[in-house]
Amino acid sequence: MQAELIARAKALLADGTVARVLGWRKGDTDFNAEPAVFETAESLDEFVYDGFCGANLSKYMIKNSKLEGKTLVFLKPCDTYSFNQLIKENRINRDNTYIIAVGCYGKLDINKIKAAGNKAILSVAEEGATLKIHTAYGDAEMAREEAVLDRCKVCKGGKHVVYDELASFVDEEKPAAEGRFDEVKKLEAMKPEERFAFWQGELSRCIRCNACRNVCPACSCIKCIFDNNNYDAAQKVNTSSFEEQMFHIIRAWHVAGRCTDCGECSRVCPENIPLHLLNRKFISDINEFYGEFQAGEDTTSRAPLTNFTTDDVEPSIVKERG
Amino acid sequence: MQRIGVFVCHCGTNIAATVDVKRVAETLLKEPGVVHAEDYQYMCSEAGQKLIGDAIKEKQLTGIVVCSCSPRMHENTFRKAAERYGINPYLVEIANIREQCSWIHKDKEEATEKAIILGRAAVAKVMLNAPLQAGTSPVTKRALVIGGGIAGIQTALDIADAGFEVDIVERTPSIGGRMSQLDKTFPTLDCAACILTPKMVEANAHEKITLFTWSEVEKVGGFVGDFKVDIRKKARYVDMDKCTGCGECQAKCPNKKTPNEFNRGLNNRSAIYTPFAQAIPNVPVIDKNACTYLKTGKCGVCAKICKAGAINYEAQDEIITREYGAIVVATGFDTIKLDKFNEYGYNTNKDVITSLELERLMNAAGPTGGHVVRPSNGEDPKTIVFVQCVGSRDTTCRGKTYCSKICCMYTAKQAMLLKDHYPWLDIHVFYIDVRTPGKNFDEFYRRAVEEYDVDYIKGQVGKVSEAENGRLLVQASDLLDNRQIKMEADLVVLATAIEPNEGVRRIASMLTASIDTNDFLTEAHAKLRPVESPTAGIFLSGVCQGPKDIPETVAQAGAAASKVIGLLSKDHLVTNPCTAKCNQVYCNGCSNCEKVCPYGAISYDEQMVIRFGARETTRVATVNTALCQGCGACTVACPSGAMDLQGFSNRQILAEVDAICR
Repeated sequence: MQAELIARAKALLADGTVARVLGWRKGDTDFNAEPAVFETAESLDEFVYDGFCGANLSKYMIKNSKLEGKTLVFLKPCDTYSFNQLIKENRINRDNTYIIAVGCYGKLDINKIKAAGNKAILSVAEEGATLKIHTAYGDAEMAREEAVLDRCKVCKGGKHVVYDELASFVDEEKPAAEGRFDEVKKLEAMKPEERFAFWQGELSRCIRCNACRNVCPACSCIKCIFDNNNYDAAQKVNTSSFEEQMFHIIRAWHVAGRCTDCGECSRVCPENIPLHLLNRKFISDINEFYGEFQAGEDTTSRAPLTNFTTDDVEPSIVKERG
Repeated sequence: MQRIGVFVCHCGTNIAATVDVKRVAETLLKEPGVVHAEDYQYMCSEAGQKLIGDAIKEKQLTGIVVCSCSPRMHENTFRKAAERYGINPYLVEIANIREQCSWIHKDKEEATEKAIILGRAAVAKVMLNAPLQAGTSPVTKRALVIGGGIAGIQTALDIADAGFEVDIVERTPSIGGRMSQLDKTFPTLDCAACILTPKMVEANAHEKITLFTWSEVEKVGGFVGDFKVDIRKKARYVDMDKCTGCGECQAKCPNKKTPNEFNRGLNNRSAIYTPFAQAIPNVPVIDKNACTYLKTGKCGVCAKICKAGAINYEAQDEIITREYGAIVVATGFDTIKLDKFNEYGYNTNKDVITSLELERLMNAAGPTGGHVVRPSNGEDPKTIVFVQCVGSRDTTCRGKTYCSKICCMYTAKQAMLLKDHYPWLDIHVFYIDVRTPGKNFDEFYRRAVEEYDVDYIKGQVGKVSEAENGRLLVQASDLLDNRQIKMEADLVVLATAIEPNEGVRRIASMLTASIDTNDFLTEAHAKLRPVESPTAGIFLSGVCQGPKDIPETVAQAGAAASKVIGLLSKDHLVTNPCTAKCNQVYCNGCSNCEKVCPYGAISYDEQMVIRFGARETTRVATVNTALCQGCGACTVACPSGAMDLQGFSNRQILAEVDAICR
C-alpha cells in the first residue's frame, strides 16, 4: 500500500507532472502520522500511509493549490467530499491539483487501543484484521475492528467523488455503513434540560485550543471572526462565561450546509468532545427538511441553505424541531 | 463623544396607559452618551417634531432615539424631521414601545421595564450609526398586472388611461376572470357580461395595454422601478394573427370529452376551445392533454378545416422578458375544494352544487342556456335549499376561519332571480348570520325575505343524503325555534367559501411579497396602505388581498392603479442607503452571498486586495448598491463576516443584544 503510493509519487515528481506531494509522515510516535509536504524523491522515504493517517488533507490544498506547479494529494474517500466542497467555494484551484484516490479500511483510534489496557505503547502493527501492539510491558493483540474511530463506523462508503487516478487498493463499491444518525436521534430523544446538561458537560471541558477549527476544512476563512477584532464576537467569546457554548454553536452554524461530516473536529479534540454531533444534527435536519443532501458530493449543486425553492419547509416547522 | 437625544412618545394613551413614559425618559437619560430625554403626547405631530428640532439645536445632538410606534409607521417621519433640523436622517433609531410593548402588555411595571430595555437597545445601536446618503435609481415606465379578471382589467385600464404602458398576464385563454362566469350582479341585478365585456374589449383595444393570455409569470428579478419579468407564453397551437375566430374548429373537433372548466365541469368541451363565446382574445387554444393529434399524431381535423391556416401543432412555449416599474397582483380567487365536507354529499350527489355552479346554470350563456335544472336528470327543481357558510367562518380546520363576505348577498340574489323565473319554487336558506353591510345591501336582502318570500332559517345543515324517491333529504336544525328539520329538496346549493387562487404562493414567492396564513397577500398597512404590499413596487388588487365583492374590487383596482401611476410618474426613485458592503480584506470568495442574494446584486471577480500587509489578486465579492435592497441575507450567509449591512451592521445588532441582556 504505502510502497505503491511512494513509487507513484516519485514517478510523478520525476516526470514533472507535479511539483510537490502532500501526504503523511511519521509523527512524534508511530501512531501519530501527520500531514506533510514532500518536494524531493529522497524526502518521500519518510512518507507513510497506515491506519493512523486519519488527517484529511483537503484543507491544506487551499494553500498548496495556489503555489507554482501542480500538487499531488492523496485523498481517502471521505476526504474527497471536503475537497469538492472547497472547489465549490472557489477555495481550491482544481487545475493545479493531482489527486490519487487511496483506499481506506477505517482509521485507528489510539485512545481505544489504550483503553483496551495497553500502556506505554511503542508501536502498533496492522496485520489484516488484527493489530499487533508492542508495548514497554510486552506485546498484545486486539481486533482491528475494535480500534477504529467512531466516525469510521458510520463510514460514508468507499466511493471517491473526485480524483485523477485510483490506487490499486481502493474499493469504490464499499457500501456506506448504517446508523450514521443514531447518536443524533439519542440526543433528540432527550428532554431539553437533559440535552442542555449533556452539552454543558461536554463543552465545559473545552480549553479553546482551536484544534477543531484549525483542522476543519469548512473553517477555512481568511480571517476567522473569532480572531477578528473588528467584530465583537471575538472579544465576547474570549471573555464570556459561556464562551465554550457560544464558540462551538457559532462554529456549527457557520459550517451548516457546508460540513461534509468528515469527523476531523472530534478526532483532534484533546478533550474528546463529540463535536461532530453538533454538525451531524444540522445535517440530519437538513436532510429531513430539504431532502437528502451530502455536502461535497458534487461541485455545482446549490446547497439547501443557500438556495430557495417554494417547496422549502416553513420556518415554523423548523422552529418546532428545536 | 456622542450626544444622544431620547424622545418618548405617549401616543395618546396607546403607550402612556401601559408604560410609565416619564420613567422611561428619566432612566434613559442616565445611559452613557444620552444628553437629552423628554416625553410628549404625540411625538409625530408638528409640535413633537419641533421638540426634536429644538433639542438638536440646543444640545448639538449627534444621534436621536424615538421611543414610539413601529418603525414601519413613523421611521420615515422622524428621519425627515431630523433632516429638516440639520442632521443625517440615518442617525435616527426607533425603539418600538407600542406594537412590541404597550399593546401586548397589561402590567404597567413590566411594560415600563421592557420599554426601558428597548430604548436602551436603540441607544446602543444609534451610538454606532453612521451617516448614510440615499442614491437614486431610474423608473421603467411600464406596469405589469398579473391576472386578467375585473380587478386586473380595471387596474390596467386606469394605469393605461394615465398614459403608461401596461401588460396583463392571464393564465387562462381569455381575460374576464370569475366575473365572466357570473349571471347577474348584486345589488342592482345588472348582468355581469353586460358590464364586464365592454371593459374587456376596451382593454384589448387600448393602445397602451398588451394582453398576454394563456401565459404565466415564470420568473421575477429586480426591484421597485426596475423589475425584470420572464413571461411564459404557453403554446396555443393557434396562430393569433391568422385566426379569424370563426369557431368552426371547435364545432368540428371530434374530441369533446374534457370537463368544461368555465362551466365548472357541468358539461364538456372540445380539445380546441375558447372558454366562452365573448372571450378576448377570441382565439381558441388546443388543450395538449386532450387533443388526439398532439397525443397520438392522428386526427388533425381542426388543421384541415381551418380556412385561415391558423393551426400549428408544432408551436412551443415561448419565454419573453419584459421590464416593469411596478407590478400589480390581481390573481383573484376560487371556491375551496369540498373533499372534507362529506356531510353535504357534494362529491356523491350531482344535485348538490356550489353557488358558482348555480351561476353557470342560471347564466343565459351557460350549459343549459339559463334553464335551471337538476344536473342528475335534467328535471325542473321544485324545492331548492341554500346552505350558507360552507367552509366559511369554520373553526373545525376543514374550511376557512374568515367570512367569505360575498355569499350572503349572492344567495339573496340567486334566490330572487330564481323566484322571478320560477315563481312556484320553494326556496329555503340555512344561515348562521346574514351579513349585509354595504350600500343598498340590507334593502336587497329584505326584499328577498319580504317580497319574494324566501324562507330564511337560522341554523346549520347537518346532513344531505339521497332520499329513496331520488330527491335529496336535508337534515338541519332551526336554532330560533329549537327544532330539528327534515326536508326534501331537488337541488342543494352550497355557498362555498372562497380562497386565493391556486398558484398565488408561487407568485408571492417570486415577488417576495408576504402572504398570510390563508394565502391572502398582506398589505403594507391594514388601514393606511391597503393596496400596497410591504415589498416596494408590488401592489394588490382584488380578492388576492382578501374577500371582497365587485364594487370593492373595482374601487381597490383604481386605488392600486393610482399608486402605480404615482410611482411611474417619477423619473427617479430614492434608493435605500442601508445596503450591504463587502470588506474585501476578509472575503473568502466562497460565493455564498451571491447564491442567497434575491436581487442579483452581488458579483465576484478577481481584484487586487491589500490583505494583512501583502498585495494579493484574489476572487472577492462586490455589491451593486443600485440593486441591493438591504435585506441582509448575504450578511447571514457570509461565514467570515466580510459582508455587512450599512445601518444594520453586525456590531450594531450585537450592541443591541448586549444592551438588552445587560
